[in-house]
Order: sequence, then structure tokens, then C-alpha cells
Amino acid sequence: MADAHKLEILRGLVKFKSNTQKIWGVLILLSIVTTVEVILGIIKPESLMGYFLGMKILNWIFIILTIVKAYYITWDFMHMRDETPALRKMVVWTAIFLICYLVFILLQEGGYIQGVYSSGFIKKDF
Amino acid sequence: MSTTVVNTGTEGKTWGGGNEPLKASYGKLMMWFFIVSDALTFSAFLAAYGFSRFKFIETWPIADEVFTHVPFLHGQELPMIYVAFMTFVLIMSSVTMVLAVDAGHHLKKGKVTVYMLLTIIGGLIFVGSQAWEWATFIKGDYGAIQTKGGNILQFVDTDGHRVALRDFVEAEHKERTQHERKNGIWFVSEGSLPSYTVEEVIHGLESHDNVLVRTQDINEHGHKTVLSREESLKQLKTNGKQVVEGANLHVNEYGSPLFADFFFFITGFHGFHVFSGVVINIIIFFNVILGTYEKRKNYEMVEKVGLYWHFVDLVWVFVFTFFYLV
Repeated sequence: MADAHKLEILRGLVKFKSNTQKIWGVLILLSIVTTVEVILGIIKPESLMGYFLGMKILNWIFIILTIVKAYYITWDFMHMRDETPALRKMVVWTAIFLICYLVFILLQEGGYIQGVYSSGFIKKDF
Repeated sequence: MSTTVVNTGTEGKTWGGGNEPLKASYGKLMMWFFIVSDALTFSAFLAAYGFSRFKFIETWPIADEVFTHVPFLHGQELPMIYVAFMTFVLIMSSVTMVLAVDAGHHLKKGKVTVYMLLTIIGGLIFVGSQAWEWATFIKGDYGAIQTKGGNILQFVDTDGHRVALRDFVEAEHKERTQHERKNGIWFVSEGSLPSYTVEEVIHGLESHDNVLVRTQDINEHGHKTVLSREESLKQLKTNGKQVVEGANLHVNEYGSPLFADFFFFITGFHGFHVFSGVVINIIIFFNVILGTYEKRKNYEMVEKVGLYWHFVDLVWVFVFTFFYLV
């Protein structure tokens, strides 16, 4: 079992000699990403406050970094990298498709209701 | 002649039966099955949070102003620091868990025991931190006034720094006692009374020229709107209804009560997962010590519990982003 581990991350950019070493490597990667998130969250640079596709660039960065972290937790800690492609696709594609669907519907609806509120159909400013 | 088909001509193929096409045990597959469904539950909660936030996008509380406390550093505004610590604790306990799984593959009982113990300790630190975070949030900090329409009015000085009610309001002697179930109308009671009445807050505001009212509305710079002195008094006098200290499921001194509701519900549900994870880890820990898996020559049980534990970490990564960062 133990020798079946795939020991490279970042598409082969970093290769590890043993599984234990890879675990520590992934920890360092996750820590760096979290630190970047926290620093950006504290200073909130003005240059990242612009909007891109309806959302602040800073928020896009946060969400992308979160997905990066989720990828490494699933692939290396949960050993998804070592599972068969069929198992991987069953779990990941199903979850991602349903989550995207749900998030899209709810956020779209929330934005719509906000529009109704702010365009004055309902009086709530009292 | 047979009336049922026994052979389909696909024997020996991947999905022909009699083998394990996914090369994973039943238990592991079921753990993945559970994780996918639990992930959908959590994403539904977070999406519902997003829904409510988008609905009240112009008045939603700014998380950096809500979660600013760190234990032992009282009175300092340190957003993100404590929650970053919690995130790191959880990632660290994920690492010890995956090291336990790795040691299990090599059938090293001693190492598995130590790493499982460290994982349990990490989980307990996380749950404890969350309890402290909850306690701080429930207790509140500055206090605020809720208006008739359910909006929250907070108080700031002329430099824009928050001012607590206790800093400018004086409590007068009151005869009003808390209504209990045993008095008056049967089985009707009220919550504990706030330290001040709305009238006392109005008096306090009138006698302190440097205190202003801050509303929930977010202006174009992403900050909450601060009213002028006249508007502050007018808003407080005409609309002020109730003094709010701290947060619960009905009121929330930081802004929309929905924010508190979702905070309690989502972090509570996650904290419950961490707690169950710790309990399951303890069970597995004792099984390891007793040599159950040593006799089986297989530590896959540690791996399955590990999957759950990593999943809890995975969920926290998302909760962290959507509650504290975005």
C-alpha cells in the first residue's frame, strides 16, 4: 500500500522522497496559503478593491485560494491522488456540480430580492 | 432450459462482477458516500448564508469588526488573528491524522498511538477555541440600540472609534423587576433586562457631544455610515426601541440578527462535527492501544476515520473564507 503513493505535487514541480515528507510539504503549502489569506484580510489592499465579474478582486482571490486549499486537503490528506480515476470522478464531479447549481440558484435569488428591496417596492427604512 | 440469465458475457471485465473496480473497500466507499452527502449539507448552509447576505448586502455586518478578540489580549482590536490560529490548529491536527494513517500502513502501533493522541488534542483545542469565540460573541462588547424596524444603531466617537454604552450612559435607579413565569400571566416570562433603558441612552447621547450614531448602511467606501450629531439624536429619539447587548438568536448588537443566526448554526454544526470526530478518534485511539488493528494486520479503520477528520478540516476552510474573509 505504502509504495503506491504518488509523491509529486504542483504537477511534478515538487517531488518528495517519502509519503511522510510529502505530508509536511503539503502542510507548508497550506500554511503559506492561509498566511497569505490572513495578511490580505487584515490589510485589504486598496488596489484589489476593484470589481471583476460582479465581485471584488480580493474576494475572488480568497475563493480561489480556498479551492486550492480544498484541493490539497482532498488530494493529499484524503489520498484522493492515490484512488482510481473512477472513484475520484464519482466523488468530485458529483459534489462540484450539485454545489455550483445550489450556490448559483440561491445567490441569484438573494440578489433579486435585494433588488426588490432597494428599488422601493417594500418600505423597510423606519 | 434456464429462464434466468446467469452469464452476460462480460465476465472478467472491470464491471463484470466479482471484483472491486474502484479498488477500495466497502467501508471506505461508504465513508466517501457520507462525505459527499455531508458536503452537500454544509454547502446548502453556506449557500443559504450567501442568500441572506446578498439579500441584505447593503447592511450586512463587516466580519472584521465583529471578530476582533483574542484571549489574554483584552481590549485590543485584532481581527483574523484568533480565527487564523484556530485554522492552523485544525490543519495541524489533520497532519497528525494523516501521519497516523501513514504509520498504520507500516503497521507501527506506537507511532499510530502517538499521532492519534495528538490529533485528539488538536481537536479539543479547536472545540475549546470555538466555545470561547461563541462566549465572546454572545456576551458582546459595545452594546447597541435596536430600532422599531429592527435595524441596529451603534455608537462611535468623532474619530470613528467605537464607543461602548457603558462609557457614556449612566444607569439610573430603577424599580422595574424582571417578569418571571410565576408572576402575572402564567407561563410567560421575559429575558434578562439590559443594563440600560433607551431613555438613559438618549440622556447619555445628549450629554456627550463627541458621540455619534453609526447605522448599518454600508457606504461606497465599504464602511458603515456615521450620522451627524442632529441626525444621531433624531434617529435615536424617533426610532430607538430596545437596548441590545451581545448576540443571540433574536437580536444581535453587531447588525442583522440573521448574521448571528447563521453564525451559531453553521459554526455550531461544524463544531458538532469536530466534537463527534474527537469522540470517534478517542474510540479508535483505544482500539489502537488494545491492539485490535494489530491483530487484523490492517489499520484501515484509522484511514476511514481520518477521511472524516480531514473532511471536517475541509469544511472549516470554507467556513473560514465565507464567514471571516469574504
